[in-house]
Amino acid sequence: MKKYEIATKKVLTPEISQISVYAPLVAAKAKAGQFIILRVDEEGERIPLTISSAADGLVTVIYQKIGGTTLALDQLNEGDCLQDFVGPLGLPTEVENVGRVAVLGGGLGCAIALPVARALHQAGNQVDLIGGFKTKDIVILEEEMGQASTDLHICTDDGTYGYHGFVTGKLEELINSGVKFDRVFAIGPLLMMKFACKLTEKYNIPTTVSMNPIMIDGTGMCGCCRLTVDGEVKFACVDGPDFDGHKVDFDEVIARNATYKEHEAKAKEKHLCRLGGGAMNG
Amino acid sequence: MANMQMEKTPMPEQEANVRNANFKEVALGYTLEQAQNEAQRCLNCKNKPCVSGCPVGIPIPEFVAKVAEGDLAGAYQLLSDANALPAISGRVCPQETQCEGKCVRGIKGEPVSIGRIERFVADWAAENGIANVATAPKNGHKVAVIGSGPAGLTCAGELARMGYSVSVFEAFHTPGGVLSYGIPEFRLPKAIVKREVANLEKMGVDIELNMVIGKVLTITELFEQGYEAVFIGSGAGLPMFMKIPGESLVGVYSANEYLTRINLMKAYKEDSPTPVLHNKKVAVVGGGNVAMDAARCAKRLGAEVHIVYRRSEAELPARAEEVHHAKEEGIIFDLLTNPVSIEGDETGHVQSMTCVRMELGEPDASGRRRPVVKEGSEFKMEVDAVVMSLGTQPNPMSYDGTPGLEKTRKGCVQADEGGCTSCPAIFAGGDAATGAATVILAMGAGKSAAKSIDAYIKSKQ
Repeated sequence: MKKYEIATKKVLTPEISQISVYAPLVAAKAKAGQFIILRVDEEGERIPLTISSAADGLVTVIYQKIGGTTLALDQLNEGDCLQDFVGPLGLPTEVENVGRVAVLGGGLGCAIALPVARALHQAGNQVDLIGGFKTKDIVILEEEMGQASTDLHICTDDGTYGYHGFVTGKLEELINSGVKFDRVFAIGPLLMMKFACKLTEKYNIPTTVSMNPIMIDGTGMCGCCRLTVDGEVKFACVDGPDFDGHKVDFDEVIARNATYKEHEAKAKEKHLCRLGGGAMNG
Repeated sequence: MANMQMEKTPMPEQEANVRNANFKEVALGYTLEQAQNEAQRCLNCKNKPCVSGCPVGIPIPEFVAKVAEGDLAGAYQLLSDANALPAISGRVCPQETQCEGKCVRGIKGEPVSIGRIERFVADWAAENGIANVATAPKNGHKVAVIGSGPAGLTCAGELARMGYSVSVFEAFHTPGGVLSYGIPEFRLPKAIVKREVANLEKMGVDIELNMVIGKVLTITELFEQGYEAVFIGSGAGLPMFMKIPGESLVGVYSANEYLTRINLMKAYKEDSPTPVLHNKKVAVVGGGNVAMDAARCAKRLGAEVHIVYRRSEAELPARAEEVHHAKEEGIIFDLLTNPVSIEGDETGHVQSMTCVRMELGEPDASGRRRPVVKEGSEFKMEVDAVVMSLGTQPNPMSYDGTPGLEKTRKGCVQADEGGCTSCPAIFAGGDAATGAATVILAMGAGKSAAKSIDAYIKSKQ
């Protein structure tokens, strides 16, 4: 197999796909909670993606087609090679047996919650994996999440499948039913993590979040991914991506992550136009 | 008889008000005639004060004399034997405090423009397809170099020349370190960095990209793979901030981030997939070369740009030429000014920066006069972006956890002048060992370390 070759590609939903990339050195070192940075082509942007699993020389990542780069990535198929693939970056999630834990995954965040849940489960924890999606059609990794947890709770915002409501609703329901969680891991959209932390703070449950700020180098050189944790500046790429969720300034990260919203919208539009043009020509 | 012209032969450059809107190289380089005219200003002093000011020990009067004679191939041979990256150092060295600072011609009038002649010779060689890539026969020993910046590239080049098999591990997708991500195209065209790296590859140096040492492989594992020595040239590391309110607002950049987006990721190009904000009014905080680079980039992206520096012009750490170029290009210098907070609008975007005026008091530990706040001088600058260019602190990622490797109090790798560390097979140099400094000091450190590595490996036999 060639360097950074896409060995397998699986479409999970119309918006989300999974690829396994040949990168044996990265695969040998990757641990739950760490990420890679990839570039699709020679002029490409560097984007971080959290490692979903790693084995046999292959590193699996899951992406959502949200911007120009992920759309370009989605044009590649099995046998194609990525331009660059670097990792494993960041610190692994601290996995220890603390008793009973809840792992919350929001949408694509379930792809990242999965290896964390698996590692916690293997470490002997009783794991409630709570996966939230907008609707039934876009539920991903249900089988894998089931295997990686003691109890899997799927939630949908529209009630088309599983618990009707947000992951935070399900978590609170479990807490109210008498479940005592020793720790919560929340992984997903910033707003979901923010509200999960508000809830667990109320119940005094230590909570780890996996932050996903904008990054460039991913090795602590540029400072782009900085966030404020307990009043101090931290770099998500080298100090994280996991942080104590009760100490993260979420509003700041939410604003910073929207820095290039206009550019991203334009890039996506341009990419879609190009695809349209290609289809018409050929 | 030397040419007794008092001033340096001027080097053609792009007009200030043209170049401040493009990213093409500012200084255009000497013609043969200009280079020879300048070379003839050298008095060929017997005691060679200029050489004592050169971190890589270039035989300056000798190569300059070759240029004066018109023997450019001979000049290039002398120059490139001593300096692996002459096209780069000819462009970015702070010559005024090094070779040219010691030049006897500088006592009355201007020193010989050694840097410009160096650049001319290196560019002439490249244009004529000449490269000094001869190496000794392979000696069978393997050395690993961490980082492909000026320290790593120089160390690799020197070792390859001696016959070592060298692998350079670079974390980024492009080699060059600060030469690629930091120094802008208009000061150091990336084609030149590529060319110098290609020459190293012709010498047999293997460059491995996307290799974050400390993560994908540790230093211990490099030894297990058969490398007999490791050179750490991983650079300066984490950008520093002022710890003032508002530093994480949208529109506050570290200089490293701002420059990386623009230089490495080419965000200045219209169709670049990597974005950078195009601002109306930018404050660059700091007074070093990096601050000048960031300011001149912001100007080229169409902003009104202010350098905000807490001391006076005399203390600006940047090269005189960079300050001069920045001023010519219309950068406004707010000296003796220090930020105290940055304010944002309701969406979290930078709106203004509050500063105080300073005055200089007694000299501090660095020997520079200490800036003191003028009471009641607080004022607001309306800006929509702030670039913090305050230096860096060590990033120990590549070497943390290496058994027995000692660090300095600040967290850099502890290394002596020859690059030797507390571990006999590990060497270090450049910003990773000294904290943020210059390209040429890193090159000098790479060169010294190569000598130490050679001595170490020979001593084991």
